[in-house]
Amino acid sequence: MSAIRFSQVTKRYAQGHEALRSVDFELESGEMVFLTGHSGAGKSTLLKLLTLVERPSRGEVWVGDQDLARLEKRKIPEFRRTLGVVYQNHRLLADRSVFQNIALPLQIAGYSQEDIGRRVRAALDRVGLLSAENANPLALSGGEQQRIGIARAIVHKPRLLIADEPTGNLDPRLSLDIMQLFEQFNRIGTTVLIATHDVALIKRMKHRVLILDKGRLRRV
Amino acid sequence: MSKRAGLTSRGTAGPNATGQGVTARGATGLRISRADRIKHWLARHKFEAQDALKRLIQTPASALMTLSMLAVALAVPGFLLTLVMNLEQLSPATELKPQIAVYLTPGTEDTRVEQLSRQLLVRDDLLSVELISPDTGASDFRQQSDLGELLDLFETNPLPAVILLVPRDESTAGLQTLQQSLFALPDVETVELDTEWLIRLGAILGSFERISLILSILLALTVLLVVANTIRMMIASRLDEIEVSLLMGATPAWVRRPFLYAGLWYGAMGGVLAIVLISLALMMVESPLRELTTLYLGSFELQGLGFQGVTGITLLGALLGWSGAHLAVSRQLSQFEAQ
Repeated sequence: MSAIRFSQVTKRYAQGHEALRSVDFELESGEMVFLTGHSGAGKSTLLKLLTLVERPSRGEVWVGDQDLARLEKRKIPEFRRTLGVVYQNHRLLADRSVFQNIALPLQIAGYSQEDIGRRVRAALDRVGLLSAENANPLALSGGEQQRIGIARAIVHKPRLLIADEPTGNLDPRLSLDIMQLFEQFNRIGTTVLIATHDVALIKRMKHRVLILDKGRLRRV
Repeated sequence: MSKRAGLTSRGTAGPNATGQGVTARGATGLRISRADRIKHWLARHKFEAQDALKRLIQTPASALMTLSMLAVALAVPGFLLTLVMNLEQLSPATELKPQIAVYLTPGTEDTRVEQLSRQLLVRDDLLSVELISPDTGASDFRQQSDLGELLDLFETNPLPAVILLVPRDESTAGLQTLQQSLFALPDVETVELDTEWLIRLGAILGSFERISLILSILLALTVLLVVANTIRMMIASRLDEIEVSLLMGATPAWVRRPFLYAGLWYGAMGGVLAIVLISLALMMVESPLRELTTLYLGSFELQGLGFQGVTGITLLGALLGWSGAHLAVSRQLSQFEAQ
């Protein structure tokens, strides 16, 4: 079963700008794929359709066996809990500790306190930052912050991990570290979709690449 | 069942644990039993209530500013309504009949007075007729007034004979017609509606009550808006958290919760402060009010807020605070949706 399927997806914004034009692609379950293209090519829009921040103007978006167009509004939160999302600016909350940041998705999903403690530490261990538990995210380096962002995205073991420019603000060495971290999660079965414009990095990694050009998909 | 129990996050899957978690296609880690869900939900509420209180205490200056506004807005109607409640003791009881006093021309002969009172006695439109002769009037006056000695200055009794009547028809129009017809009788000097002051007092109290009510509604609205505004600023400082939570699958209820608790605390605390203010105000008006009322009634006991008033104001404050917060967060949520 495919993890993600876009079928003739067009997204036109209210101002008339067409961000995506008849986009067709599939991601197999357990696959790791890069999504690239110039800024403004439609990468962000595509990810927004996946997380139901936006709805397509035409076409179908499927995640697993769920047709997103048929998902009721009140079911959106539940759907989003099955995803893990990593953001370019990591979006960590500065008013709480690293632990509290990673615990947030679990609290939202209604896990018990003991469970949360166990899972947060496991996630921190996976990104190699177990000692940062009580630190404030602002006290960490850029690379570390992004690792915490990844820990937060995988703490609830999502079947689909989406990353929007996860290495946007990092130097090449740190970027490779982060990408290898994603590969680790992919190796244990998580489907991974990473939007990035770091072409050099993509070339070093042997994964399928989707290229968006002015809203249209070019396959390599 | 065994499969389901194996999937629950903790081993507590009993008969109630139907495991209505996220659909099966999700990762294994997502299943949580219903019993656990309720438990965590309650724990979450407790946490949010405490957290909201903590945040409120952490910003004492701004919290106090808001709380004083709320206290005043709740105290003014509370105080007025307590006063109305008290003054209602004074308002004419329903069974009170209007009374008409017919003053005869001084010096009217006793026989004529008798004749007139008998003449009134047979009338159908009067319920009772009581004659107070000048002598009775004079002795009553001496008894009830310190100025009784004044009467000694007169050679003859200056008081007129008075006939007190209770009319059958109590309507204002009926009373006026009766007043006029009585006035037309020979030897009648003036006719006074004795209960006019009571009716007037009733009308004054009535309008006071109405004004208090309108003021109460306006001030309740003020409470709502003050809380809504406070919560709006609170939201502005936590926008990031709201947005991130929504992206992680937080429900609107989850996003609202901390703010609703904040509103609840603000409202309830404002209510408690209002009770203090009202009690102080009542203490201040107690003695002048007692002086005023003993003139009309034998005894008067100022009624405080009582248990009902105290719980009522606190609950009303909490409810208004909650509603104000709900207003503010819902607005923010719909703005997020519109984006």
